Amino acid sequence: MSSGMPDIPAPLTNLKTQYTKIFINNEWHASVSGKKFAVINPATEEVICHVEEGDKEDVDKAVKAARQAFQIGSPWRTMDASERGQLLYKLADLMERDRLLLATMEAMNGGKLFTNAYLMDLGACIKTLRYYAGWADKIQGRTIPADGNIFTYTRHEPIGVCGQIIPWNFPLVMLIWKIGTALSCGNTVVVKPAEQTPLTALHVASLIKEAGFPPGVVNIVPGYGPTAGAAISSHMDVDKVAFTGSTEVGKLIKEAAGKSNLKRVTLELGGKSPCIVFADADLDSAVECAHQGLFYHQGQCCSAATRLFVEESIYDEFVRRSVERAKKYVLGNPLTPGVNQGPQIDKEQHNKILDLIESGKKEGAKLECGGGPWGNKGYFIQPTVFSNVTDDMRIAKEEIFGPVQQIMKFKSLDDLIKRANNTHYGLAAGIFTKDLDKAITVSSALQAGSVWVNCYLMGAVQSPFGGFKMSGNGREMGEYGLHEYTEVKTVTIKISQKNS
Amino acid sequence: MATTNGAVENGQPDKKLPALPRPIRNLEVKFTKIFINNEWHESKSGKKFATYNPSTLEKICDVEEGDKPDVDKAVEAAQAAFQRGSAWRQLDALSRGRLLHQLADLVERDRTTLATLETMDTGKPFLHAFFIDLEGCIKTLRYFAGWADKIQGKTIPTDDNVVCFTRHEPIGVCGAITPWNFPLLMLVWKLAPALCCGNTVVLKPAEQTPLTALHLGSLIKEVGFPPGVVNIVPGFGPTVGAAISSHPQIHKIAFTGSTEVGKLVKEAASRSNLKRVTLELGGKNPCIVCADADLDLAVECAHQGVFFNQGQCCTAASRVFVEEQIYAEFVRRSVEYAKKRPVGDPFDVRTEQGPQIDQKQFDKILELIESGKKEGAKLECGGSAMEDRGLFITPTVFSEVTDNMRIAKEEIFGPVQPILKFKNIEEVIRRANSTDYGLTAAVFTKNLDKALKLASALESGTVWINCYNAIYAQAPFGGFKMSGNGRELGEYALAEYTEVKTVTIKLGDKNP
Repeated sequence: MSSGMPDIPAPLTNLKTQYTKIFINNEWHASVSGKKFAVINPATEEVICHVEEGDKEDVDKAVKAARQAFQIGSPWRTMDASERGQLLYKLADLMERDRLLLATMEAMNGGKLFTNAYLMDLGACIKTLRYYAGWADKIQGRTIPADGNIFTYTRHEPIGVCGQIIPWNFPLVMLIWKIGTALSCGNTVVVKPAEQTPLTALHVASLIKEAGFPPGVVNIVPGYGPTAGAAISSHMDVDKVAFTGSTEVGKLIKEAAGKSNLKRVTLELGGKSPCIVFADADLDSAVECAHQGLFYHQGQCCSAATRLFVEESIYDEFVRRSVERAKKYVLGNPLTPGVNQGPQIDKEQHNKILDLIESGKKEGAKLECGGGPWGNKGYFIQPTVFSNVTDDMRIAKEEIFGPVQQIMKFKSLDDLIKRANNTHYGLAAGIFTKDLDKAITVSSALQAGSVWVNCYLMGAVQSPFGGFKMSGNGREMGEYGLHEYTEVKTVTIKISQKNS
Repeated sequence: MATTNGAVENGQPDKKLPALPRPIRNLEVKFTKIFINNEWHESKSGKKFATYNPSTLEKICDVEEGDKPDVDKAVEAAQAAFQRGSAWRQLDALSRGRLLHQLADLVERDRTTLATLETMDTGKPFLHAFFIDLEGCIKTLRYFAGWADKIQGKTIPTDDNVVCFTRHEPIGVCGAITPWNFPLLMLVWKLAPALCCGNTVVLKPAEQTPLTALHLGSLIKEVGFPPGVVNIVPGFGPTVGAAISSHPQIHKIAFTGSTEVGKLVKEAASRSNLKRVTLELGGKNPCIVCADADLDLAVECAHQGVFFNQGQCCTAASRVFVEEQIYAEFVRRSVEYAKKRPVGDPFDVRTEQGPQIDQKQFDKILELIESGKKEGAKLECGGSAMEDRGLFITPTVFSEVTDNMRIAKEEIFGPVQPILKFKNIEEVIRRANSTDYGLTAAVFTKNLDKALKLASALESGTVWINCYNAIYAQAPFGGFKMSGNGRELGEYALAEYTEVKTVTIKLGDKNP
């Protein structure tokens, strides 16, 4: 993260939540059951508002609307591809217009630092929309020199109705990653935002309507996983489901998809990403990148650098600098200027992280700093560093999703690669070295979807992101993201004589 | 008009027709100087040249006349802007795209001004300039804006213990020489992909029509392109055009114009520094109407196909081949259309045809019309200038045209429709291909196999089936044979503005 921060406005005070209903066909609906659920501010534990709670019946309604909007001959299907792109550009402009409101809401609901929400999250959303707006009229099939007297071509068609289940760690960014690609390819969507963080998704719904997307193209059903999420995964009329969240739930979704109608599945799941620091690395840079790579957004990133492997000869100095760095946090309400660490998202996460910290202590890791909760309100945890961590400890194997850094030692390269790959996860990895050969060889050997060299978490909209092994299926972002939202049709026309 | 991007064909059921735009009365021409480094310069020689309104034959204004020293200055600026470490080279690709997108927005903002200027300078009907030329400019800029951060090289599994990848780099300073028939549109067709790929440019608009290019220069500056990225030098072919074609520091040139001049450009490019060359040249485009065609559609498309823009299109349907059985009826209906074609003041909303661009073109067209009469074609209507009014020519239809006549072989570039007869498909394929040109072709038939057969057999860069002038930013456009080299528009255009670098890194250890 660069330190030269541009001037940003202060967060809005007295933000009123305008949109709290289910969004179907560009209209706002109460839940079929009449139920609502509370949305909490994790810094204060206070209720922000109540939102309509969607369940299977609401999902059915949404899917019907999405299916209707996808019919051959519909406004969405007959629209010029370039016009689809124009709508996405318009949405980007509207998010830019409402940037302050969305950043305030995201920070408040998600426990996210306001400066990050404003600069990073909203910046990423706007860029992603503009990136995929540009792809809309460039999704090209092929004409193919197949054998025989035939003329063959492919159409890269939209898949159809796509269910998209969004997590709570980057509510807006993850929403836009999904709808940006899906809409660029011409699909219609039914989105379930995380129950912890539905508010910004619903505001974006109002912008979808304002931008001029036809009714039914985007539908948003807030609710819970076991109800609304499960209904989407099992729905016989949903053609594809995309999920970002835990590996545990990802498995359930893929199972449900297989059991129902073989809907296509993409998953972005957890990670236990190794970050490798060689003795020849620029030490200051490595310490800072590894630090940010773990502690960003209170450790709640699927690609967090949660297994730091440091070469023996620089290990002690690396630990010393990392601990110093971890002590520089001011915890508090993420909307308050000067605060640079917010709360964890909810009680469940809070408990899980504390439990893993205790296991670290119990299993013999050395607690360098932190190690417990903070404050008497809100789900805060002190930034925590463990050294002398060994591969068999729970903190070295399980995804923590909190501000807890594990620093391990390595000697030989072969051994290191084996240890780094010794996990069912495979989302990301970092390498710090000045040596050309080492950088290329090690990045080839690591079983990770994204490998960063001398940097970390440099997520670019143009580059694909996704997991090896149980960190996921498929890729998001970049050109590769389009494949997951496209269904290929081959058309073969018999002709009297083919000529090359 | 097929060039409204499918809107006419697909129908826009809920869209109400907006009120027709009106041109700006007494438009003051603000930009008449040479544009270098985002600044306005006088010519080194002090010379100026006049630009005329072909409709009124009056001078619009004087414009600075560039020559070799001005081109040298422009190239210097473009080179500096292209240096490693420059603002332009360091910009995220996404930001390059953003600038192009914002340029599109400004062109849209100034749409009426630009359409008015274009009409004044070219004589084309104002509504055509507004709805076709300007629409094409805006859409093309937006299309290429979207490509900027999607120009991707490859990582390649070669033999041996190496890592191999390609970088798709900009070529460098690109020269562009643009014509007078679609001045702004042809300029944008070059500017958009060039900038999208990260190049810098030195442009020479046609001497007959420099005004919209210069207004665009002001928008380039307003949007915030770094100085030197775009430079515009108005002037003449033998001076400015030749200087660009031969310049040792220009690494690519794109030219749209006549085949005759295109050959000179390619020669000069080769002789100087082997600069890369793309050419969009003339055409003698066959329009084949089969007996089973939708006759009304075919007549209308063939008519617009040849008469649009006063016949001044490289894509003009200037050899209409009609199957014997429907020949007489086709001719009859075509003559009816031609006689009804409204010719007059390009600012009048009813006008479909304005004046020809200048005296030279006017004389050439009339000469070819005379040759038609002399060589035995049947003059069905028109055939002369309109009264004594300047540069206007009556819409002219010739029937009983045969392949050996000059009007069947030479590009006319005027409102003259030669209609020829054919008996069978193999014959018409042979005759359609008997030309050194190969830009476009059109086929009218309802039969699937016939359509696909003709599409494969015709030696043309674009084949239209049951439509005409269906040109889109997303689809490549360019000529076979002597109608050109290379393609503009679509993803294919990127290859013309990119230089591929292969990087191969030797490793100690191989890991596939």
